[in-house]
Amino acid sequence: MSEKQIVRPYGDTTGDGMVQVSFTLPVPLDKRAEGAAVQLAAKMGLDPAMVVHAKQMGDGYTFFVVYGRVHHLVDLSQVVVAERDFPLLSAKDINATIKSKLRRKITVVGACIGTDAHTVGIDAILNLKGIAGEKGLEYYREFVVRNLGAQVSVPDLVERARTERADAVLVSQVVTQRDAHLHNTKEMSAAFREAFPAQRRPLLVVGGPRFDELATEELGVDRIFSRGTTPREVASYLVHALTTRRAA
Amino acid sequence: MKLDLDPALVERARSLAARAGQPVVDLARSHTTTAVERAVLRLAGIAGADPDGIPWVNRLVDAVVADVGLGHGVAAPVWHAMATEGIDDLTLLAQKASAGSVRFAIPRGAALTAAKRASKRAVGAGIKRIDRNRVERERLVKRHGDPKQRPWIYLIVATGDIYEDIPQAQAAARAGADVIAVIRSTGQSLLDYVPEGATREGFAGTYATQENFRLMRAALDVSSRELGRYIRLTNYASGLCMPEIATLAGLERLDMMLNDSMYGILFRDINPIRTFVDQRFSRQIHARAGIIINTGEDNYLTTADAVEAAHTVTVSQLLNEFFAHEAGLADWQLGLGHAFEINPDLPESFRLELAHALLARELFPDAPLKWMPPTKHMTGDVFRGNLLDGFFNLAGTMTGQGILLVGMMTEAVVTPWLSDRDIALQNVRYVLNAAGGLHEDFVPAPGGFIQRRASTVLGEAVELLERIVDDTLLNAIADGTFGIMKRPPDGGKGLDGVARHEPTYYNPASELLERA
Repeated sequence: MSEKQIVRPYGDTTGDGMVQVSFTLPVPLDKRAEGAAVQLAAKMGLDPAMVVHAKQMGDGYTFFVVYGRVHHLVDLSQVVVAERDFPLLSAKDINATIKSKLRRKITVVGACIGTDAHTVGIDAILNLKGIAGEKGLEYYREFVVRNLGAQVSVPDLVERARTERADAVLVSQVVTQRDAHLHNTKEMSAAFREAFPAQRRPLLVVGGPRFDELATEELGVDRIFSRGTTPREVASYLVHALTTRRAA
Repeated sequence: MKLDLDPALVERARSLAARAGQPVVDLARSHTTTAVERAVLRLAGIAGADPDGIPWVNRLVDAVVADVGLGHGVAAPVWHAMATEGIDDLTLLAQKASAGSVRFAIPRGAALTAAKRASKRAVGAGIKRIDRNRVERERLVKRHGDPKQRPWIYLIVATGDIYEDIPQAQAAARAGADVIAVIRSTGQSLLDYVPEGATREGFAGTYATQENFRLMRAALDVSSRELGRYIRLTNYASGLCMPEIATLAGLERLDMMLNDSMYGILFRDINPIRTFVDQRFSRQIHARAGIIINTGEDNYLTTADAVEAAHTVTVSQLLNEFFAHEAGLADWQLGLGHAFEINPDLPESFRLELAHALLARELFPDAPLKWMPPTKHMTGDVFRGNLLDGFFNLAGTMTGQGILLVGMMTEAVVTPWLSDRDIALQNVRYVLNAAGGLHEDFVPAPGGFIQRRASTVLGEAVELLERIVDDTLLNAIADGTFGIMKRPPDGGKGLDGVARHEPTYYNPASELLERA
């Protein structure tokens, strides 16, 4: 990984560094506004920058599309991401592993917490229907799924996790206004830590399009899933985490 | 008719919907809720909130319920207490009651007759105000005019701050919006009270309050004058305070309200009986106020598959139509919902969309259908999203939809930016300008794909309605028939605010509204 691998944006020729950006400035459209857009683009590192489209919206705003070359280099060896640290299993293998290693079903409790009413994410992962042709956790024979739906309070979630003897709690957060997703997640993880002894605490998993997958420690959860996550990935993770936890 | 639907099958679908819905209407007619009773008092003019921000109307209803229960209705005990205490101001009574210095009782004989008469007079004043607002709207529509095109262009603003919403709404109207919806703060639907006053803090939306309603309606009246077309205002009569919010909408001349018969049950886990009782009262208010309701069938397709579940939309539209007519709404007030949510990777997805949209159009020829944009398959690829929205707009105009909610290419990415809205409106304008009259020429081939698909969906809808009639609607909801969610009638939020009518139940608002 230490070997340098340098790339730059690709327009139509390797190494041309071309990017496209769009933004709005709070000024009416005139020559000065276009100059302002070029200045902003230059400060963003686009050199040269071409304003290819400018359109006034209402009285005092102008929308710009700018194309330009950036000179920034990206070193792939310096990129840090949460690599998948568990094997991605097929549905059949997921069920088989649970059966042979845990010898009981995995119980999952899922919810949208706080005021978030967007169940799209949790439903995509849990509901039979699933997403993008991949069935949700309800489809897996060895999973028992309790989807509590939207706007579940943290105390209710803790209580259900206890009564259902949940192995894992899945929480989905879509609304990010004023960092609601971060506050809610911290509140949730704190409540679980308070309510359960460390050994018995269910795995805490959050998902949502705006999470940083690396922020597990800060948010106090075991795993964060970001956009594009499929039910099979979540199932594979749960199997891995629960079987290795038992072994440990 | 373009789909050549079997008229006997259409007739059967309607009569099944009526049979499925009637037991629910009976249920609604024999129960009341805390929210219905609060709406009654709001019609009589109670206003304001205590220092904790809890409205006086909540304090008053809670006090009455604590003394005599909910099943008699609050009107008789409240106006009886006004007479015995010598108070003629409801808000003052509420203050005294929450301080514990007033006890409530069910009056009898002449006292009961007097209390009923006084309550009817007070509530009648609120209903007169709703009537006057309706006349005022008609006058303003006549003066400024309706939008020149169909569908009407419906745009959402949602900043959380009413004073930020106002210039955004006015800018949106200038940019071509005919209908402004102020989306509510996430979570308001589960508040068991309506916040008071102008609000500047909300999550992904702005609280629905009477003062926010008034401020926005006044601002759009200014825009209507400026633009020479009447700009309509929309809000949400849903959640635990649905009847109160409907009432405030009537009192402040809102023009459209989201008001679905089952949405709260399925998507907010509000108790089914609570919802149906609140629904009926809300729709009676909307009928009286000349408000166009928008139903929420689009939501089913965000959780279920838009092809497999297409018939559940039709079933829900038929039920919504039945409940609406029963509550006194006319066809022109029925913005029945549906949505463009088929997976765009599916072959012939656009033809399927056309078939479904045209089916709704032909089943409800006099209703201004509410056409909802893609959300589920908006992936964050804003370029593809803009294309998909273009096809959505095209389907809307080809099938003669009445109200088009403008789709945002940044759906599922951010709350819409100024530029997102501008690009979205440009998309709508291009399609309506290029193909505004295409519905005249668009006649599906006899026996072709679109006709066949429409009759398949109608057939499936009839089958589902038959099962619902056999099983009862409440059980069907409990079994997860709509949108996959399972909602039993003894579960959900707000059940503790529901009571069966006592033989002495009295509600002056219902009496005035039923008579109409």
